[in-house]
Amino acid sequence: MHMQYHSPESFDEAVSLASKSEGTIRFLAGGTDVLVQLRSDIVTPDVLIDLKKIDGTKDISRTAEGWKIGTAVSGAEMSEHPELSRDWPGVVEAMDLIGSTQIQGRATLVGNLCNGSPAADSVPALIAAGAAVNVVGPKGERQVRVEDIPTGPGRTSLEKGEMINEILIPAKRQNGGDAYLRFIPRTEMDIAVVGCAVSLSLEGDTIIDARVALGAVAPTALLVEDASKAIIGSNLDDGTMAALAKAASAACNPINDKRGTIKFRTHVAGVLAQRVAKIAYDRARG
Amino acid sequence: MGVEGQNIEEMQFKVVGTRPNRPDGIDKVTGRAKFGADAYAAGMLHAVCVRSPHAHAKIVKIDASKAEAMPEVKAVVTRADFAEGLTGEDWNILENVMAGEKALYDGHTVAAVAATSPIAARDAAKLIKVEYEILPHVTDVDAAMAKDAPVIRDGTADNSVPEGLHANVVRYHESGHGDVDIGFAEADLVIEDSFQTEATHQGYIEPHACLAQLGSDGKGEVWCCTQGHFNVQKVCAALLGADSSQIRVTASEIGGGFGGKTAVFIEPVALALSKKTNRPVKLVMNRSEVFRATGPTSSTSMDVKIGMKKDGTITAAEGVFRLQGGAFPGAPMEFTAMCAFAPYNLENVNQIGYDVIANRPKQAAYRAPGSPMAAFAVESIIDELCNKLGLDPIEVRLKNASKEGTRSSYGPRFERIGLVETLEEAKNHPHYSAPIEEGHGRGVSCGFWFNHGGETAVTLALSEDGTAALSVGTPDIGGSRASMCQMVAEELGIAYDKVRTTIADTATLGYNEVSHGSRVTYASGLAAIKAARDATDKLCSRAAARWGIDKEAVYWENGFAKPSGSNAGEFDPIPLEDLTKDMGATGGPIVGHYEATPEGAGVSFATHIVDAKVDRETGQTSVVRYTVVQDAGKAIHPTYVEGQYQGGAAQGIGWALNEEYIYGDDGRLQNSGFLDYRIPVASDLPMIDTVIVEVPNPGHPYGVRGVGETSICPPLAAIANAVSNAAGVRLKQLPMSPPRILEALDKQANG
Amino acid sequence: MGMTHVSTTVNGDREEFLCDPRETLLDVLRDKLALTGAKEGCGTGDCGACSVTVDGRLVCACLMLGVEVEGKSIDTVEGISTDEELHPLQTKFIEYAALQCGICTPGILVAAKSLLERNPDPTETEVRYWLAGNLCRCTGYDKIIRAVMDTAAEIREAT
Repeated sequence: MHMQYHSPESFDEAVSLASKSEGTIRFLAGGTDVLVQLRSDIVTPDVLIDLKKIDGTKDISRTAEGWKIGTAVSGAEMSEHPELSRDWPGVVEAMDLIGSTQIQGRATLVGNLCNGSPAADSVPALIAAGAAVNVVGPKGERQVRVEDIPTGPGRTSLEKGEMINEILIPAKRQNGGDAYLRFIPRTEMDIAVVGCAVSLSLEGDTIIDARVALGAVAPTALLVEDASKAIIGSNLDDGTMAALAKAASAACNPINDKRGTIKFRTHVAGVLAQRVAKIAYDRARG
Repeated sequence: MGVEGQNIEEMQFKVVGTRPNRPDGIDKVTGRAKFGADAYAAGMLHAVCVRSPHAHAKIVKIDASKAEAMPEVKAVVTRADFAEGLTGEDWNILENVMAGEKALYDGHTVAAVAATSPIAARDAAKLIKVEYEILPHVTDVDAAMAKDAPVIRDGTADNSVPEGLHANVVRYHESGHGDVDIGFAEADLVIEDSFQTEATHQGYIEPHACLAQLGSDGKGEVWCCTQGHFNVQKVCAALLGADSSQIRVTASEIGGGFGGKTAVFIEPVALALSKKTNRPVKLVMNRSEVFRATGPTSSTSMDVKIGMKKDGTITAAEGVFRLQGGAFPGAPMEFTAMCAFAPYNLENVNQIGYDVIANRPKQAAYRAPGSPMAAFAVESIIDELCNKLGLDPIEVRLKNASKEGTRSSYGPRFERIGLVETLEEAKNHPHYSAPIEEGHGRGVSCGFWFNHGGETAVTLALSEDGTAALSVGTPDIGGSRASMCQMVAEELGIAYDKVRTTIADTATLGYNEVSHGSRVTYASGLAAIKAARDATDKLCSRAAARWGIDKEAVYWENGFAKPSGSNAGEFDPIPLEDLTKDMGATGGPIVGHYEATPEGAGVSFATHIVDAKVDRETGQTSVVRYTVVQDAGKAIHPTYVEGQYQGGAAQGIGWALNEEYIYGDDGRLQNSGFLDYRIPVASDLPMIDTVIVEVPNPGHPYGVRGVGETSICPPLAAIANAVSNAAGVRLKQLPMSPPRILEALDKQANG
Repeated sequence: MGMTHVSTTVNGDREEFLCDPRETLLDVLRDKLALTGAKEGCGTGDCGACSVTVDGRLVCACLMLGVEVEGKSIDTVEGISTDEELHPLQTKFIEYAALQCGICTPGILVAAKSLLERNPDPTETEVRYWLAGNLCRCTGYDKIIRAVMDTAAEIREAT
């Protein structure tokens, strides 16, 4: 039951290792999911590939298109980046909500996405932001929209040998704002029972563009087109809010589990959508 | 201090009541305090238990051959490696420690393996193949009592159980007095309702851990985190067929217990593995094992009926309390029944308890076992009666409060008690008169716990330099070493830091009952005082001999032997260190003793006030203000008393709002980790205000009452009352999780 | 056995060890380096009893592999006070009785020290959220929060 540990110094080397390895392969970035699964005997990888020694994986950089966030950038490093926090407060706070201060020192956006949990906090925020990822693999590189990565609980669309080396967040739009809220029973340390992210932009007081995403209410995080449509063209008047809540609840396809019921999740998705839209709207107005 | 027979009310203390630093403080802030898992021995093996994934299954076959083929593996044990022919509680404990014919709950140990490293032991455990024949299971208390429920352990019921009940009902209790029918007829309003609470875990942060060695000569050594190492010794000896006195058990520092470390789980397993390998074996549970296999509380289903007159007088009360206690008898249903109405002076009261077994881990004590659930049901109905009759909840409780001389709901008359004093303090507390914010609700509740004495043995050895070493046999679970040092210092008349208290091993003292029942500051404290008086008695004898007068003519005061009056003669008082420095020549070492079973543990009451806020859209609740008022009898170390009050309240908040055992349809525990077993985190809680009431317990030399447990009795009800008042709907099931609150609001809105 | 050799710095001292790639930093600290101050309360990053800092960053030692700390600098509770004097947090924790059983105390001290190094004047809410990953079952947190706040005030006054 030996586990091989590798710490390649380039993505080429990582891809080559991952492509030729047999058995269960896991990538190690922050490790806050991988190590839990290892310790709980849920998954003991045959091969563990640590990506943190690769140059650039700890970088947050502004590009012509927006932001590039390396695979091994931790939540704490994102929160401590004032410009990123100013441009995408919803993405940063969604990441920041994951776990404790200690978890924030390690957990990464890429890990949160690749773990494939429907309740991953950062994923709805990335989807609402219109983020994509850069995938490297044996067949070369490709860009994939964040919403196309998770395919179900614990599953992703990445193929054998493929891994994400960068998260690509677009530039902040003029008069744009984003926000993320989740419902948890305690104030910290829980997994989202429902998560909701909204990113929108305004012309005057009117929403001209919006993306609403939900987490923990379906097998994967959802981009809810109907909810986005419900608020575009509005200034979040009462009627719009009711339509938004209705559209958000209607998109839910949750399960009953130890964290919540179908009824509860469906209802709270509507409540959160309204609260999040309001925050994003206020941020867009500046 | 230290004159026997002095009026407690008039006692003046020098050390007792002050707040010195704890003697184990530096060890615990530097990381050098040694807890259960912090012990290592040369040649040590590491053990892992193999546990049943099934709630109820016949064990058909255990095949360990693949594990045994690993070079790192040194031994595997199963039930065959333990004593045969056990009866009674020894048999039950063995059945729980290592499954026999059947696995009775998810997490039940069926085998264990020892290997040269923790990782090898984990790998080996995965290679032990157990063939099960799955049997029907039941985990819910009401379902376990139903006619069609699977019989879990036939023949377990004792003769207290009335005929016609399901075989899963294993014990029955009924008590009370008066005639409730007459009482209910006199009431202006009678409310009857049903309540449920889920099982909660003590949630100590330190998992069970031990290091054990047992040689072929039958001599054993155990190091473990436990609330009672003498009990570990007794149980290990029985389960391994060894002699008690040949097994020496040392209690480590204990990382929380709250009742849960009064039971024995892993020590006999480690000893059995050690016996087979002739090497020391370390066995440490992981968190999931702690949740799956160690004792949570009982889950309950309760029906309570109370009648009240318009002026607030309670005319009658009755309750039926069904407790599910896992696969073994022992759910504390008699405590639930007996505590339920204890705060009130009732002419007509009746209470019934059922002990019900189900396919869950054996319940263990958790801080006032059984009492908090009772208070939840009873105090919820009293709150509802107050609301309906437009009465102040504290005035109503004062009107009906038990006092000295009241015949308690469970039988005996109360001696001096402090319930009225706690209610008066609560009524006058600024919290109670503060305005209630919009969307908030306020709740109050009383709570009761018996407290306990129990077998106790201590020794107090004086040193030549006039310092003192106290050995006690009750593991320190809440700062008791500090309070022991204070009491001894008070008696001897020396400084606090001239006394050292040690938790002695089982070879050093006579039998000590486990640290439970809020008994340590009371019983070990009383024992320490009496041992100190035994020592000062001996010191007085030495002084008398030096002065050439009768021993009876010498008394001890403030660290000095003094002649008791002019008849005794004119002598200068002799300080302690002057008597000890040559004690070897004047009669030998001076050691004070106390060995007995003190029975004067005074009962204890508390009143809590809570403000809670409810988000009506999400069902999220937060506790925004909390005040604990409790009778401590006499607070030896007030800071640690406050700590007990705050800790009990915090655990109660968790129990009320979020903590619960969640079983799937497959009978498996769904939330065996701190991620989904949600105990309160720092950001969940407000500061917790405390008021220490001191109504002395006549059964203790200084008036001490235990304080550890009563603090968790009122919170469930106080919070339920606050939340119900905030939400405008009565919550009758714990935990009051957000989905349950929304469901209740929904039901109310839809009539 | 496939052990990996790792060189690292712990509380300022150079250390070397061999470990299985599956062993966590916590396993290594406790079982190989005899530093048992960090505790395993859960093994899943939920309780914070194993809090240490790695290159100055607060982490759970149970969520990091031993092989990952090659070349890194680790600080544990054993390194908080290196001479006769206790760190002010340690003194205040004793004074306030901010510990009962003491099992969570090492992790809380490491976490609180990390907070005060970043934020010398935290609000009560900031302290509570920073420490939300450090479970304490005994105290109800009241005395812990007060001890941290008072330590912060004392350090501010002294500097």
